[in-house]
Amino acid sequence: MLAKRIIPCLDVRDGKVVKGVKFRNHEIIGDIVPLAEKYAQAGADELVFYDITASSDGRVVDKSWVSRIAEVIDIPFCVAGGIKSEQDAKDILMMGADKISINSPALQDPSLIARLADHFGIQCVVVGIDSYFDKETNHYQVYQFTGDEKRTQKTQWQTFDWIEKVQSLGAGEIVLNCMNQDGVRQGYDIKQLTQARKAANIPLIASGGAGEISHFTEVFKQADVDGALAASVFHKGIIDMSELKQTLKAANIEIRI
Amino acid sequence: MTENVSNVIIDTGCANLSSVLFAIKRLGYDVIISDDIATIQTAKKVILPGVGNAKHAMKNIEEKGLVECIQGLKQPVLGFCLGMQLMCSDSLESTVGQDSELINCLDLIPTSVKPLASKGLRLPHMGWNTLTSIIDHPVFANVNVGDYFYFVHSFAAPINEFTAASCDYGSEFSAAVVRENFIGCQFHPERSGVNGSKIIKNFLEM
Repeated sequence: MLAKRIIPCLDVRDGKVVKGVKFRNHEIIGDIVPLAEKYAQAGADELVFYDITASSDGRVVDKSWVSRIAEVIDIPFCVAGGIKSEQDAKDILMMGADKISINSPALQDPSLIARLADHFGIQCVVVGIDSYFDKETNHYQVYQFTGDEKRTQKTQWQTFDWIEKVQSLGAGEIVLNCMNQDGVRQGYDIKQLTQARKAANIPLIASGGAGEISHFTEVFKQADVDGALAASVFHKGIIDMSELKQTLKAANIEIRI
Repeated sequence: MTENVSNVIIDTGCANLSSVLFAIKRLGYDVIISDDIATIQTAKKVILPGVGNAKHAMKNIEEKGLVECIQGLKQPVLGFCLGMQLMCSDSLESTVGQDSELINCLDLIPTSVKPLASKGLRLPHMGWNTLTSIIDHPVFANVNVGDYFYFVHSFAAPINEFTAASCDYGSEFSAAVVRENFIGCQFHPERSGVNGSKIIKNFLEM
């Protein structure tokens, strides 16, 4: 059976892995390559690298580290950050990334999703969605440029409409970053992810809020996501990968040990 | 330029060439990426990688004049993912919003690649899945039913007389095919951890 995926996410800035709280106040966690290697050996099913500054200040991700990661790890990985064209995507994929993830550029030009899917196949086109629950309007709203506090802005899109849109354009996977939960380790946004699950017939990855092992059990059992992404719990050693996977397996969740 | 090397990855113009190259180098073997016909013909082992859609890949292979070269290879050839699908007779592909189109492939393994009959399970079939059967073949030495491999695809070859390993996702499909010197894996050995490395090593040691 297809296993549920555990996906450590490494936010990258200036060649270092960083982690912020609610997308802010970034602290350096360590060097990219040794961390990538460590997670691959620990049993991670996949890795995601986000260049969190790239989309906001007009740069493309610094490419050299993509090759260095591809050289050392033998599990799939995805690169996100500032990919705005077929050429940007090709460069990243040629360096050994398995998937590319686009976020703000897809909001500015949704046809980019279709062009990337046509060129490289839908299997490598991931759309990242930064979603924030707006208490005033009672809606989940899509935000863009979340890597830069000064430029972060609400878009015209409501989250579940955007999910359906990106899917119709040829996205192969969705990573839903639930911004209200990000970095605070209070659990995944089960309510939002359950609704997103209904809207998405493609793989859906939960992101934002993992704090303890039971949060992973909940998100797989209750929201039926295909993978769960987390950062700080792994970077800070709060959750041990092997203990996490054994616990999920014991809870009858299909997991690769 | 023609080079005389043991292991050659065919430059199909597809995007996962370097991950395949790195995987082989990690195991300690020399390997180069080439689209030179003589280099490919004189290699001891040939790898046919590929990601994306068959239409683009076949167009690249045709433009590079490699169709007959690949079809005529007598040494062991290992196809990865789309590379496996290219070894088949044809592939019925569709792009989002467009009608499906029959793409003629290399016709080395007489079977047709079709949309994966996932019976309602989400597509693409993406992630780690287990093999449900494996034939006795040197490439699959020490690989067992139940071992996990990394799959990413929406199309698949059905179970047929050349099926070497199967996988189940809604329905059973060929996780690997073998016909004489041509071996294809639907999964990505270069991204399948220790199990994937076993297959690459088995192939290079054949």
